[in-house]
Amino acid sequence: MAKVPVQFTLNGSEKAEFVDSGTTLLHALRDKIGDTSPKGGCHQGTCGACSVIIDGELRLSCLTLAETCNGADIRTTSGLAEAGVLHPLQRAFLDAFATQCGFCTPGMIMAAKVLLDHTANPSREEVVEALSGNICRCTGYEPIIQAVLTAARANSQNAA
Amino acid sequence: MAIRRGRGVAAINYPTGMNLGGDPTQALVHSTPTGNFMVTLSSVDLGQGMKQIMAQICAETIGVPTDRVIIDTADTDTGPHCMGTFASRGTHRAGNAVIQAAKEARQVMLEVAAEELEVNASDLETDGQGNILVKGAPQKSISIFDVALSAHFKRGRSISGRGMFLIPRSYPEKETGAMKPSTCYAHACTVAEVEVDDETGEVTVLTVKNVFEIGRALNPKMVEQQLVGGSWMGISHALYETTEPYYPNRDYGGTDFNQYLMPGPGDLAKTEIIVLERPSADGPFGAKGPGEMCANPQIPAVANAVFDAVGVRIDTLPITPERIMRALKAQAAG
Amino acid sequence: MELRKSYFADVRQNGLNEIGQPRPRLDSPGHVTGKTAYFADRNFPGMLHLKMVRSPHHHARIRSIDTSEAEKHPGVVKVLTAKDVPHNVYTILILIQIGPEDETVLADGKVRWKGEAVVAVLAETERAAQEAAAKVKVDYEVLPAVFDMEEALKPGAPLVNEYHGQNYYLYDSGECRKVRFGDVEAGFGQADHILEQSYQSSPIEHAPTETTGCVVAPEGNDRFTCYTNTQAMFFTLDNASIILQMPGSKLHFVGGTVGGGFGGKVDVIVEPIAILGAKLTGRPVCFIYSREEEMQISSPRAAEKVVIKDGVMMDGRIVARKVTGYTDAGAYSRHSPYGAQKGAAHYPGPYTIPNVWIDTYCVYTNRTPSSAMRGFGVTIGDFALEVQMDKLARLIGMDPLEFRFVNAYRDGDMKAHRQPTEGAALIECMQEASRAANWPVAEKYMAMSSYTKGA
Repeated sequence: MAKVPVQFTLNGSEKAEFVDSGTTLLHALRDKIGDTSPKGGCHQGTCGACSVIIDGELRLSCLTLAETCNGADIRTTSGLAEAGVLHPLQRAFLDAFATQCGFCTPGMIMAAKVLLDHTANPSREEVVEALSGNICRCTGYEPIIQAVLTAARANSQNAA
Repeated sequence: MAIRRGRGVAAINYPTGMNLGGDPTQALVHSTPTGNFMVTLSSVDLGQGMKQIMAQICAETIGVPTDRVIIDTADTDTGPHCMGTFASRGTHRAGNAVIQAAKEARQVMLEVAAEELEVNASDLETDGQGNILVKGAPQKSISIFDVALSAHFKRGRSISGRGMFLIPRSYPEKETGAMKPSTCYAHACTVAEVEVDDETGEVTVLTVKNVFEIGRALNPKMVEQQLVGGSWMGISHALYETTEPYYPNRDYGGTDFNQYLMPGPGDLAKTEIIVLERPSADGPFGAKGPGEMCANPQIPAVANAVFDAVGVRIDTLPITPERIMRALKAQAAG
Repeated sequence: MELRKSYFADVRQNGLNEIGQPRPRLDSPGHVTGKTAYFADRNFPGMLHLKMVRSPHHHARIRSIDTSEAEKHPGVVKVLTAKDVPHNVYTILILIQIGPEDETVLADGKVRWKGEAVVAVLAETERAAQEAAAKVKVDYEVLPAVFDMEEALKPGAPLVNEYHGQNYYLYDSGECRKVRFGDVEAGFGQADHILEQSYQSSPIEHAPTETTGCVVAPEGNDRFTCYTNTQAMFFTLDNASIILQMPGSKLHFVGGTVGGGFGGKVDVIVEPIAILGAKLTGRPVCFIYSREEEMQISSPRAAEKVVIKDGVMMDGRIVARKVTGYTDAGAYSRHSPYGAQKGAAHYPGPYTIPNVWIDTYCVYTNRTPSSAMRGFGVTIGDFALEVQMDKLARLIGMDPLEFRFVNAYRDGDMKAHRQPTEGAALIECMQEASRAANWPVAEKYMAMSSYTKGA
């Protein structure tokens, strides 16, 4: 099968790979590049576990072809902590006991990050809206909503 | 046509562990040269936090902080047998096995400390912070760090222990059904408050107040995780979920999360959780298994609340708007 | 969450250092950084992908299977059929002596539910495996199917599973697990009211965010490491050992970090065939359910039907309860004989009733085999019991919560299974619920205790 070159920035590092045409970004990240933080929960865009940030926007990597990402700036949960210091969202998920099996967590954190990047002080309704594309089967969502609200408060206090 | 309110109650119990017993779990515990403790198991963490709870149980039993315990589980080349994670058995069965293994290791640890301190092992106690003290004379002490070094390099002792927990299998008597299903039961009572739109059949669960009796909350925050998530799943079962919506007809089964319905983050009931503790006689520190039972009482509580609201009984799960509308129609037809 | 320590304070062990403390979870930092390793996060060079050819029919005889076109498909490395599986007919509970073996790893001569695995295709890529699977030709003779449990139990119904010989599981007690306590007919005879009601549920999916699967790697020494999300390590290893007729010492299972289970991952479905693939090709193999397979192929919670007949007195006492429970196992046993039996052990619920009659059936139909799920054998029973309790209370004009106090079990009460009640706490849960929900009950109920009989 014909290979196509893809080149993008992943969490600040340059990556270049040859992939089969039609390879999803999820497979390219997990199987080629070795970033397994995006998870494959459905491979059909209905669970959100594969969520990543492409050029500042939330994207489902299972429905994004790798070959369409040339030149893109891609962010995943594995690159969120800086120099070993957790991002406030990660800290808030820990403190709120918002993870159980953890499989949905990287996708949830990506969705929450895009929300907080655009909306510093989201309302509960805005948090719910931002998370509504991500399935969690363990927590009943409430601890996750609380974690995002807590992280938002921490962020805005730091800014103030 | 109106939005109608109702509330319903349900009370339940739930057995801990495999029905009729006969489900073994083993554990091994050993100390590293510097007094950290390795718990070796083959139990599975499904997300409920089994690893963390086993660490706390081992730490409490040995007398060290939890962060001095390492959990090595679910590698069949190293871990001794565990029947598995199901039937609300993990904490109860594996926890008991860990306690037994940790007690044996603790005994060796105290013996080595006794030799170092030149006292009897029975005169020693742990402070929970990593030190072993002489009872009544706490100035005379030795750190577990030093005890482990001594055991490894000086005294040639293995600070280790083996644990096994098995409730003997009960066989039901054929004609009477006399049997011992379980050694302990968790309990719950839930009150649900709903609104039902009698024009669309749509049900909104406004509040759900759950009282759970779980023996002992070994880690209250983790218990809360299970109970909140379970309460959500109970409501989900009551109102949304099925792979065969027209059972026994096999058609129209959902194949993805767009078709298989569950409440999303915008559909949550206001959830209250109250926990009571009646320690079980044979549970680790009195614990029972709360993981399954916490998702059960919401289902009948919601069903009863729907009846209270609109006066129709939906005796088939899930309680969908379609079923409510059909029942209301039948009721109106008299 | 609130911990109400006023209840049972006399029996709680205090002065503990680690127990009862809300310590942070040691696995959470891995979860929030995406570093936690689930089975599918293992990737091996040269790994093959396994896809199943599945039955499009509910019940059919297989006349022939033609895999020649599939084998020629580019990227295909191996195609497996029933004859490749050393011990193809198995049942998972055989390890605890609950037989007979009644299920095929790959269909042999017959399919008994729509979605049953018939042929396994191993290929270099997932896409090649899927394309080749579509090229397998299976010639079926469609047979009459039965979907309804009551129909299945009628004489002359299509036989679902020849290994049982009838459409129900045969317990040592006969066609159902029985509990007999007191004299239920005499109880109905003395009752002021009798209420018989029927309850029904549909199958429910566990829907974990991580689908069922495994990755198998040959270790190069005749041993195979299987990275799996099973809920039961040795249960799966030992069953794989039986199916593959391979000593357990050749198998190495690694797991324990699972993206949600809820009972759905206690079946032994993906591991044996993936290990066989790895053995026959000498290559690593992954077999991971698609979301559609997870929804419609993996075992759901069984559909159940529960018929409850109660005799109740005007003062609120339930004097007789007869329960008939039916568990729809689908085409194969898996854990359902156990689940139906657990139902018999659970009824009549947490209430003290002097006359009890329980029959629970495990019924075979031509649908996706059901199996364990959170609350196995109990969840649907509790729905039925507790809706019935509500109906009974309204029937005699009593408050539903007070009605439960009248019947609640307490320490020392004899249960229908001839075990004295120990460690009861239903009354205290209801007392606290009465307060929390502002649902007042009479003072005599608030003064009750699980410890002793008599108010």
